[in-house]
Amino acid sequence: MKRPNTPFQNAPVALYLLSAVVVVVLIVLPFVVASEAEFAGADEAGSEAVVSIAPDYDPTWIQSIWEPPSGETESMLFALQAAVGGILIGYFFGYKRGQGRTVKRS
Amino acid sequence: MFRFRVRPVQLFYLILAILLLGASTAWAAPQRMHIMEGFLPLPWAAFWWVVAIPFWILGFRRVRQIVTARPELRLLLGLAGGFIFVLSALKLPSVTGSSSHPTGTGLGTVLFGPFVVTILSTIALIFQALLLAHGGISTLGANVVSMGVAGPLLAAGIWHLLRYRTSAWLSVFLTAMIADLFTYVVTATQLALAFPDPLSGIVGSWLKFITIFAVTQVPLAISEGILAALVFNLLRTSAEVEFQELGLIRSVVR
Repeated sequence: MKRPNTPFQNAPVALYLLSAVVVVVLIVLPFVVASEAEFAGADEAGSEAVVSIAPDYDPTWIQSIWEPPSGETESMLFALQAAVGGILIGYFFGYKRGQGRTVKRS
Repeated sequence: MFRFRVRPVQLFYLILAILLLGASTAWAAPQRMHIMEGFLPLPWAAFWWVVAIPFWILGFRRVRQIVTARPELRLLLGLAGGFIFVLSALKLPSVTGSSSHPTGTGLGTVLFGPFVVTILSTIALIFQALLLAHGGISTLGANVVSMGVAGPLLAAGIWHLLRYRTSAWLSVFLTAMIADLFTYVVTATQLALAFPDPLSGIVGSWLKFITIFAVTQVPLAISEGILAALVFNLLRTSAEVEFQELGLIRSVVR
């Protein structure tokens, strides 16, 4: 049985450009559409909905062990998280690139 | 036939630029996602922990199997985890006026299957619960089930359905997008089950939560799908060996 080879054909370059445009639009659009909004987290809104549905519910039965003391610290830790991920991704591609070169030379 | 060739490096810069753009807009107002600490009553929190446990066991077995039997795949495993780390740190604004973040689980599912992603998501969720007070330890079970089990399992189904029927980028795009969206559908369901609306019941509160979580998530899911497809395409050229081992390429045509 022969399967079509289409899954791994190169996607045309226009597709890359189009997708880049779509991502940028999706990121910018919210500021245009909902320019008044504060862009609070959806979980904050979710928690508010919990309170409105079950006003008697006490969510403080368990507290976070530790909370970032300020928004700045929180951003820093989120940046750290993204940095760790970025390093892992970058290391892989860098490693592969170096490997390719070594193979070619030898 | 003329075909313009994009070098992997150029593409990588493109992705980096997009991620940075997303990061700079999102960090203007740092926010959170997932079910927050304490926002599930104890019985439900315990229930979701119990649901998550078998998947942790399956996931650990799978990860150990990969790391010991095929150590050359460790780097790629790191990349899949890194992708989840980066994407779940990017809190992007959405059209509903609130912010949320993508999950990054789709790519890992395509590469390693759903159970490995359970472990990778758990690591990211623990990091966020302990260091960022984002999500929580009591709600870890529920968040793992939505992000690391339900999303990836559905994604794996979609991927196996699509992979030989349409082009690679489209399959990856749809897989990642659906994994992302479904995660928040499950989150909404978990909250609705725990907090049925006094008047309209579970359905009523489900509709309320789905509007908050899933609708916010639609544009982000599309972005995530695109990013996953881009990274997958990059990997196809730079990780041929790994792809062959994972059965993603049948035979490499040179």
